[in-house]
Amino acid sequence: MHTASPHWTAVCSLADILPGTGVCALVEDRHIAIFRLAGDQLYAIDNIDPRSGASVLSRGLVGNLGEQLVVASPLYKNHFDLRTGACLETPEHSVRSYPVRLNGDSVMVAPG
Amino acid sequence: MKILLIGHGMVGHKFLEELAQLRQPGTEVTVLCEEPRAAYDRVHLSEFFAGKSADDLSLVAPGFFENSGFALRLNTRAAALDRRARTVTTASGEVLPYDKLVIATGSVPFVPPVPGNDRADCFVYRTIEDLEAMTEAGARSRSGVVVGGGLLGLECAKALRDLGLETHVVEFAPRLMAVQVDDDGGRILRGKIEELGVRVHTSRNTLEITDGARARHRMVFADGSHLEADMIVFSAGIRPQDILARQNALAVGARGGIAVDDQCRSSDPDIYAIGECAAWRDQLFGLVAPGYDMARVAARHITGQTDTAFGGADMSTKLKLMGVDVASIGDAQGRTPDSRSFRYMDECKRIYKKIVVSADGKQLLGAVLVGNADEYGTLLQLALNRIALPADPEFLILPASDGKAKPGLGVDALPDSAQICSCNNVSKGDICAAVADGATTTGALKACIKAGATCGGCVPLVTQVMKAEMARLGMAVNNHLCEHFPYSRQELFHLIKVGNIKSFGELIARHGKGLGCDICKPTAASIFASCWNEFVLKQELASLQDSNDYFLGNIQKDGSYSVVPRMPGGEVTPDGLIAVGQVAKKYGLYTKVTGGARVDMFGARLEQLPAIWEELIAAGFESGHAYGKSLRTVKSCVGSTWCRYGVGDSVGLAVELENRYKGLRAPHKIKFGVSGCTRECAEAQGKDVGVIATEKGWNLYVCGNGGMKPRHAELLASDLDKDTLVRLIDRFLMFYVRTADRLQRTSTWRDNLEGGLDYLKEVVVQDSLGLAAELEAQMAHVVATYQCEWKTAVTSPEVRKRFRTFVNDGRPDTRIVFVEERGQIRPARAEEREAASAGAAPEMAV
Repeated sequence: MHTASPHWTAVCSLADILPGTGVCALVEDRHIAIFRLAGDQLYAIDNIDPRSGASVLSRGLVGNLGEQLVVASPLYKNHFDLRTGACLETPEHSVRSYPVRLNGDSVMVAPG
Repeated sequence: MKILLIGHGMVGHKFLEELAQLRQPGTEVTVLCEEPRAAYDRVHLSEFFAGKSADDLSLVAPGFFENSGFALRLNTRAAALDRRARTVTTASGEVLPYDKLVIATGSVPFVPPVPGNDRADCFVYRTIEDLEAMTEAGARSRSGVVVGGGLLGLECAKALRDLGLETHVVEFAPRLMAVQVDDDGGRILRGKIEELGVRVHTSRNTLEITDGARARHRMVFADGSHLEADMIVFSAGIRPQDILARQNALAVGARGGIAVDDQCRSSDPDIYAIGECAAWRDQLFGLVAPGYDMARVAARHITGQTDTAFGGADMSTKLKLMGVDVASIGDAQGRTPDSRSFRYMDECKRIYKKIVVSADGKQLLGAVLVGNADEYGTLLQLALNRIALPADPEFLILPASDGKAKPGLGVDALPDSAQICSCNNVSKGDICAAVADGATTTGALKACIKAGATCGGCVPLVTQVMKAEMARLGMAVNNHLCEHFPYSRQELFHLIKVGNIKSFGELIARHGKGLGCDICKPTAASIFASCWNEFVLKQELASLQDSNDYFLGNIQKDGSYSVVPRMPGGEVTPDGLIAVGQVAKKYGLYTKVTGGARVDMFGARLEQLPAIWEELIAAGFESGHAYGKSLRTVKSCVGSTWCRYGVGDSVGLAVELENRYKGLRAPHKIKFGVSGCTRECAEAQGKDVGVIATEKGWNLYVCGNGGMKPRHAELLASDLDKDTLVRLIDRFLMFYVRTADRLQRTSTWRDNLEGGLDYLKEVVVQDSLGLAAELEAQMAHVVATYQCEWKTAVTSPEVRKRFRTFVNDGRPDTRIVFVEERGQIRPARAEEREAASAGAAPEMAV
């Protein structure tokens, strides 16, 4: 998790993300997947799947495996921890996560 | 070492398989096969008449001879043997030397020596060529007689009935299956067989066959009566083919057959005999299991492994003759001195059961079961393993009453050495080991240790052993969908349907826990669609859909999507083709004709999909559901409309079927094929549902598959009119949709279906579960509520908005980069993509 003092960018409104799904935002040339889970909890990780190089993680199905909140890559179904970006099946394919928060109705992400 | 094998039947081939597995270096193996084709499954020969082809019956795995290096010579008969020179001379005069000779020549059908037995249209029932000749004769006959009321004779009677002939069985003995059953059993069996329209004539001694008055032949019997028929098939037993032994002074058994020792060696230590041509302690074995056993023993002994010996075989059998269960175990006739028997007979349902027990009542010696053989597995194990009988052994065969469970045989009571599958010599211990290695379905056990893979009689017991072992190992004997739902897909389907549940929130609140995952969400979405058929991208359902269903396209390796408009039956107008071409050209898409006979366009970016589909819809196209676990295509040949051989309008039917079932969500994708005649140009027998036109209507095949594990479809019903055909497909599909596991194609579902094809026929054709009306109604609902998902999607601004690459930026995805190949685009490889994105602005990437 990135911990330096973040600079926040507004990317969309909460209504732009259907509950239980993700979207991809382009922030400072980064493709960032932002997910909206139950209770309007937001999570952000890289959108690019390291295994394929395709920008697709926001299109995966979200859910939980045990205690972990995860998204399954739509291409090869490997799971990424939404909080940390860790890939559960092959740790070398882990991605990074980003701070994300809700400011009023605005979804803010810190690409840092 | 030069090994020469004479005979490439089931046992001969088993010998080769064993030999290949032992991988002895320096062996040179030559196989002489008198027949024009390699080994095939003679046990299931009658299925040839139920639609199986010679290829289906083949026992030779693809590449077997190429990989093993064994040389197979078809159409080559061994004419002479010279033991001193150690050579075999073929019918064409070629002389082949051997170090070890293996004779697996099987047997020849016994034809009673009556005058006229060699008339035209008199047959024996042994090879595929015999069957082909019978089929040809059957087409110009109205009636047929089988001489012989034994096991093979009744199989043969089924074949004649399948050919549509008035069928008679003539038996010399006073009852059918005289060897395996007793008088009462024979009587019940006869009633059953006659119920099926076969006329049985017992105690008939044929004197001669002459010209008939009303049919081609007349059989004249010793009692003065006669019987006329157009064709006659002799199936009055078999005799070992031991002529090579007799010509060369090898010892033969008292009832014929090449005499062999426990290592399957004849009186010449360099010559082995296995299978039906061999006599072990004067016993002949007309079953495949002991033959396989001999093949194993001979192969091991020849390659220097002296640890195995043939020790005789249990001749118990269980079979289904024309749908009638018949089983015989051990001393079925009660010939053991002082043995006693218990019998149960139900003349209404035509069921007969008898057990023979030892004088002290502690051991089961034999049994006969007719009409229902559910207890076969239990009784056989009790007899073979000498397990002590319960105090009241009669309850083993009496019907359960008052809801009391029958005193079954706990499989735990079986020793590890108990043979469960006799065809493939699989013991309880083998099954347990395979389970420990992860084979936890009957399908997996068939694949890895061949348990239940030959005759299938032991499958219920195999399943029992498997489940017990899984429980013992603490393996989840559950087929729970995932950690969120303690239910199988089938159970979940039931809960959703009965509970009228329409959202995932409600489903998980009532029956599950957690948030769900990529397993249960799409499964629930599919069940909701099968039950209620609401728009899949409706707000509450959208988040459950797999990416393909969420964006109504197949995601490709680079994150682009493919676009497949439906072309029902593979039929498309020139204007339609032009429209597809124009769309592909406008959006720069790669185009390819698919195996399902339609056009696939690749390389569409997310934000392009709605515009592309708007244009396709305007040109009259609908979603092809190529992205869904749903009906894909109905492939067709051109049929009687154009083809000079066609007997049915296959394209017309294919279009109709595709339009009926389009949009149906299922546990996995479903493919259909419709052929206009038996030439089968649409390859319908490789599809989940295959339909083939006949002179009298349509034949319906189910559960075929191509792909990774090809499986020929099986005939479910024949000569159907269209309404009946559609009704049966409705039932079949809905039964599959309800009961299959997730991502289980019909072929795997069928392989794991307890009761197999017979059960499927009972449920779908005979409606044994009383479900038919419900299944049809459910399908009617799905058909009536069909909508083109793309049409709904492009006309809904809320849904359409979801098709964007970036939520905050209108530019396209820079990771999608194409290069040109053979005049079209293809996704750039990683290094090509990095080079392109380093130089070019995103808009220029295409």
